[in-house]
Amino acid sequence: MSKNVAEMLPGETAVIAGFTDEQTGLKLLEMGLLPGTAIRFNFTAPFGDPICVSVSDVDLSLRLEEATTITIIN
Amino acid sequence: MEQSRIRIALTGKPNAGKSSLFNHLTGLNQKIGNFPGVTVDKRIGFCQLDNNTQAEIIDLPGIYSLYPRTLDEKIVTEIFSDQKNNLYPDKVVLIADATNLKNCLLLLTQLIDLRIPTIVALNMMDLAAKSGLSIDVKKLSKSLGLPVVMINARKGHGLFELKQLMAEPQEASTISVYQIDTEMAEVIAVVKKHFNLATDYEAYHFLQQTDNLVFLSEDDRSYLKGVAKEHHFFPHKYQGAETVMRYGFIQQLLNTAIVKPSTNDWKRVSHGIDRVLTHKVGGYIIFFAVLFLIFQAIFAWAQIPMDFIDSSFAQLSNVLARELPEGPFFELVSQGIVPGIGGIVIFIPQIAILFAFIATLEESGYMARVVFLMDKVMRKFGLNGKSVVPLMSGWACAIPAIMATRTIDNWKERLITIFVTPFMSCSARLPVFTILVALIIPDVKLLGFFNFQGLVLMGLYLLGFLAAILSAWAMKFIIKTTERSFLMMELPTYRMPKWSNVGYTIVEKTKAFVFEAGRVILAISIILWVLASYGPVDEMNAAKKVVQEEALALNLSEAQIQNRIASYKLEHSYAGKLGKSIEPIIRPLGFDWKIGIALVTSFAAREVFVGTIATIYSIGSAEDQPTIKQRLRSEINPETGGLRYTPAVGMSLLIFYTFAMQCMSTLAIVKRETKGWKWPMIQLAYMTGLAYISAFIVFQIMS
Repeated sequence: MSKNVAEMLPGETAVIAGFTDEQTGLKLLEMGLLPGTAIRFNFTAPFGDPICVSVSDVDLSLRLEEATTITIIN
Repeated sequence: MEQSRIRIALTGKPNAGKSSLFNHLTGLNQKIGNFPGVTVDKRIGFCQLDNNTQAEIIDLPGIYSLYPRTLDEKIVTEIFSDQKNNLYPDKVVLIADATNLKNCLLLLTQLIDLRIPTIVALNMMDLAAKSGLSIDVKKLSKSLGLPVVMINARKGHGLFELKQLMAEPQEASTISVYQIDTEMAEVIAVVKKHFNLATDYEAYHFLQQTDNLVFLSEDDRSYLKGVAKEHHFFPHKYQGAETVMRYGFIQQLLNTAIVKPSTNDWKRVSHGIDRVLTHKVGGYIIFFAVLFLIFQAIFAWAQIPMDFIDSSFAQLSNVLARELPEGPFFELVSQGIVPGIGGIVIFIPQIAILFAFIATLEESGYMARVVFLMDKVMRKFGLNGKSVVPLMSGWACAIPAIMATRTIDNWKERLITIFVTPFMSCSARLPVFTILVALIIPDVKLLGFFNFQGLVLMGLYLLGFLAAILSAWAMKFIIKTTERSFLMMELPTYRMPKWSNVGYTIVEKTKAFVFEAGRVILAISIILWVLASYGPVDEMNAAKKVVQEEALALNLSEAQIQNRIASYKLEHSYAGKLGKSIEPIIRPLGFDWKIGIALVTSFAAREVFVGTIATIYSIGSAEDQPTIKQRLRSEINPETGGLRYTPAVGMSLLIFYTFAMQCMSTLAIVKRETKGWKWPMIQLAYMTGLAYISAFIVFQIMS
């Protein structure tokens, strides 16, 4: 089982490998989360959800359930 | 010289500086309307581009791509993919954030494929310079086949060049970014021919978004679904491939056009601020401090202009009543229409102040963090992080608040937000609360520090908030949906708010209140005035006689006689009869027919309660709060021989007003936003029911 963004730690970086959910994946693609792009896990909200990540210089907020659908390689 | 008129649409992703540019181009020469058929704000303004060209500029909602997620975004897709749309622009200005070009260009490549003449305005050049970014604009323009201009929308730099470009005739770019797959070439050709479309990409969109394009007829849709199925057109698969292909093109473009990439240093401050504002503990403390500040502003600061408006309208009404000739029409003007308008204008200070705060928080980028902080909590209650703004706005007025729910993309979460927002104690409840709290709660300090009356008032606001949150939680289980909820949202870099944008927002929201709510409040206040001034002729005519007979016995002054006549008339008017007829229903709550009349007249707008009470107890004007209090305090309940306004009755009334819907304008807005009478009716029944039951329980326990 490959790792996903929800399992990353604050400060960790990785490369996006793909998406496990088609509908979420389509929206993420449009926001510039393309397979092969670097992603950095910045910090989480106080209750651990949602999280803030950076992809090509943009800070994005994602819910954990959205982050789980992004598989990564690092 | 002949003036020519062109239509230009402004588009771009959220936070790219679209509103700044729109405000700069059009100034106050703008109007907000609705897009035909849907309830999305349409901002249109006019701009003189050069001596002989005037542009009609449409500000479209911020969007990442032509695949819409929210109601707001759908309108953009619709306009761009329907050349027969009467808002179809002659030209588009795409505002791109130069510090984040990649995301901004996705939409641009789609517009290129639709063959819409587009100008690219590279905004935030100041930040780009700060970040060390260097762009070869000529190369960018040549590769895109489109004019590219650098601007700073906040300061208004580069607008001269932009206006020149806007005035010039322009052809669409001839490059093709998206190559239609051979697999679907056939079906595209079929659709293109059937609808007589200009580009392949349009045909592709007809197939991709059959259900999103409202201009298509039922027949068109079933036709499209038929051919899509026949030719094995897979929307999702193609959409993914399309986005990847577009980003591939963009990456290549940027590789050649960006001379020197940006460093992330300039964002260091912003990231530092984030560490504080989204801190586990500090983040919430700061958020609640901000809320407290807003509260303070709405209650304390707004009071000064509100008192001024209040006394001005009361004076105007008195002057008119004295100066105008007698007759039903002039009475309607001085006692129905003028106070009705006053009842609308009085809320403007609170609404303006609240939106000044909200706009500032949004402009600075903090609002996105509030959404981020609150999302998890709000979701537990069936809401969305984005519900925070509507709920906060609800403290001023539910009308702009409900309109602010349009940014929530999930229908279920949006509906729940709309449904519970009227529980947030709006400014119209305040006058009712103030007088009743002062009446039944002693003016003492608790622990030598907290004002008891203030605490009760705060408790009522808290109660309203709890009702909102708990109702939302219950609705979460009742409403079923298969639609998924997303949060994915950009957290913009913190910036100093642009104050003129804040100003425009205040004007826009206040206008929305005055015209949307104002219309209804005015109409209803006229109807109620008629109901409260007219009754069966013989009974109304008897008023003078009866009161004068009483006056002889009691030795009353002229003013007292006049007040008694007004009271007698109200009692025997149609509104009075209505109040009396509901007495059996409201008796278990501790209310008599006098309160009943006030409930009836304040059905359209809560604040009318105070004025009605003043009339019914024969107090000359509602301005005289101490007198009203004194009068209410000495009112005797004929059945018990004790006081009418016991703490039990007062609490019961307070609870009733905290929960009851009592606002026609809100119902009208909910009807518009939910496209039907179903939800406003459920809301009315639910809120009134909850108010009734709670008031009943409170009264029975306390008495």
